[in-house]
Amino acid sequence: MADTETRSAGRGGSARGGGARGGRGGSNGSKGPNVLQQLAESQVIKSIFRTGIPRSRRQRMMGVLNNVFLHLHPVRLPKHAVKVKYTWCMGGLSFFIFLVLTITGILLMFYYRPTVEAAYGDIIDIGSQVPLGIMREIHRWGAHLMVITVWLHMFRVFMTGSYKPPREFNWAIGVLLLTLTMFLSYTGYLLPWDQLAIWAVTVGANMARAAPFLGHEGPGASLLSIGDVNFVHAGADAKFALLGGRFLGEATLLRFYVLHCIGVPFIVMILMIVHFWRIRKDGGISGPT
Amino acid sequence: MLKQFFNWVSNPAILFSIFIVVFFFIFPPGEKMYRLHRRLKLDKLWTPVGGIVFFSLLAIFFLWGITDENFRLIVFKPDNIPITALLFLVPFFLWYSMKQARDNDLRAEKGEPPHEALDNEKVLVWPDLVYVEFICLILSMALMIVWSLFLKAPLEEPANPTVSPNPSKAPWYFLGLQEMLVYYDPWLAGVVLPTLIIVGLVAIPYMDINAGGQGFYSFRPRMKSISIFLFGFVVMWIFLILVGTFLRGPNWNFFGPFEFWDVNKREVLNNVNLSEYVYIFLLRTGLPKNILVRELFGILLILGYFAIVPGLLAQTVFKRLFQRLGVVRYSFFIVLLLMGLALPIKMYTRWLFNLKYIVSIPEYFLNV
Ligand code: HEM
Repeated sequence: MADTETRSAGRGGSARGGGARGGRGGSNGSKGPNVLQQLAESQVIKSIFRTGIPRSRRQRMMGVLNNVFLHLHPVRLPKHAVKVKYTWCMGGLSFFIFLVLTITGILLMFYYRPTVEAAYGDIIDIGSQVPLGIMREIHRWGAHLMVITVWLHMFRVFMTGSYKPPREFNWAIGVLLLTLTMFLSYTGYLLPWDQLAIWAVTVGANMARAAPFLGHEGPGASLLSIGDVNFVHAGADAKFALLGGRFLGEATLLRFYVLHCIGVPFIVMILMIVHFWRIRKDGGISGPT
Repeated sequence: MLKQFFNWVSNPAILFSIFIVVFFFIFPPGEKMYRLHRRLKLDKLWTPVGGIVFFSLLAIFFLWGITDENFRLIVFKPDNIPITALLFLVPFFLWYSMKQARDNDLRAEKGEPPHEALDNEKVLVWPDLVYVEFICLILSMALMIVWSLFLKAPLEEPANPTVSPNPSKAPWYFLGLQEMLVYYDPWLAGVVLPTLIIVGLVAIPYMDINAGGQGFYSFRPRMKSISIFLFGFVVMWIFLILVGTFLRGPNWNFFGPFEFWDVNKREVLNNVNLSEYVYIFLLRTGLPKNILVRELFGILLILGYFAIVPGLLAQTVFKRLFQRLGVVRYSFFIVLLLMGLALPIKMYTRWLFNLKYIVSIPEYFLNV
């Protein structure tokens, strides 16, 4: 129905301004373009959003295609895939919360110094001295929320059988994302450097100590030796690698800080790119065939 | 009175047993169980009425619970809020997916396509999808802001490596693993089993070769895989997290939801190794000096578990499955399954026989 104007749409077509009014604008009874519309048709806006106001079907499609963020999506998709009922929006929410965590995390990095002397005090200051002092709260509760949404996303993908061919590999990428999400949370847990932090991390580090072959109190570690020379001992094992020392301390804090702020997010972002790419390449959101 | 009852029921041994029994009636893994499930009308749980009844009961229990001080203390501890949320979120989404699954199963019985298939007309991403995403985004942002305004992020005393809190707990999402430490040593509970969980999850699409039920909610065409997965996710993962968070107090002792966390609570620990059972109670010879002789029975038991049981199952219960999967897939499947079952098995041998280790070679840190 909108086809007649579709052909003339695009940059030139919509420059006529009133041209698209017949399509949709007319239905709300507006007479002539109002200020907002004029603004939207201005050169500035049009230079940013190439297609102008998406009124016609073609403009809507071009709007998605021409926008680097929106074009993560296909242009058209089956109706069931759009419904919250089907996806629970959990994958999208995981991604969105990840973005929120990145932004709040960057803000926190302005104030936080990863040293044993400064860390705890900086955390207090972030809550009491810094304007908009809920960044730490949003970051912490957001992190909890992301763990939950990622679990529920996995749960949804399982329940709709969406891991089946051709999406097996994307499921595997997802499992890595799930693991890394939890590892991100875990490394962040240490940074406040309070009792909760160091003892929670200690529980995990003690498990590394017991890793088979790689931990100095793990089964098989004593086999990795030549004569009297042990390769795996308290000064060179999985726990040491995790903590950056025999005990939790300055080196651990720095190590966890770097992992938390750069190392793991870097890997997560790469995996997310692959994840999203594969969703498209595997034929979009799954559906009954 | 009622509180004492709930404290008693919450004992992991009892609660877990109840869950296991009830679970397979609600999520039948096979055709026979499924027919029973339908005859008992348990599938009515996945109707709006069933959902309302279930969630009302849950809510009533919760509201009644928070009149109790000890209950409030653990449920509203700031870092426990996400798990309190999980207490409702997981059942809700379980219900939501199973409701759609049941609807689709009933449609399939009448020869109709799943309801997702009715929505196959194409819509545009702009505005249809962007609009939904936008609303989700606003709502979740609002949730995070409100949550953050009302609940301060916890900050305890400055770190002090010489004073360890009791209990000393990992972040909540690892509490399932920490709970496993009760039954297995760290090298298994903290390293091998988590690795196998990851491997097992990745392996799911390669082991489940049933092509049916893809792209829509369903239960019946995928009974086996769904009940195995849900057993792992709900009973072994979420449940253990709940136990680790709410029911484990000082010294990792068990405390009922209405029980005061008494630091001085003592639990008799008289766990016995398999070797001690054999050589001291049965043969009455005392433990032999040679490690291999001492642990012979345990080692045989474990070898048998992984070498003989798969073959036995392949010829009996899993005969059809074995034929369908072939040797390679079946081997992966059965090893992962047996590793997964090793946890409940160890739990029960602990509860019933106070069995500590099946194989215990502390000389090499090898305790199973
Ligand atoms: C950081 C974590 C993750 C993010 C940001 C993410 C994001 C997404 C998004 C946005 C979608 C589109 C559909 C939807 O929203 O449901 C999706 C689909 C999918 N995800 Fe994830 N995901 C994550 C983790 C996972 C995990 C843990 C798994 C599985 C173990 C997984 C497996 C899949 C699969 C198989 C699909 C395709 C589903 C279909 O076609 O219906 N993802 N993911």
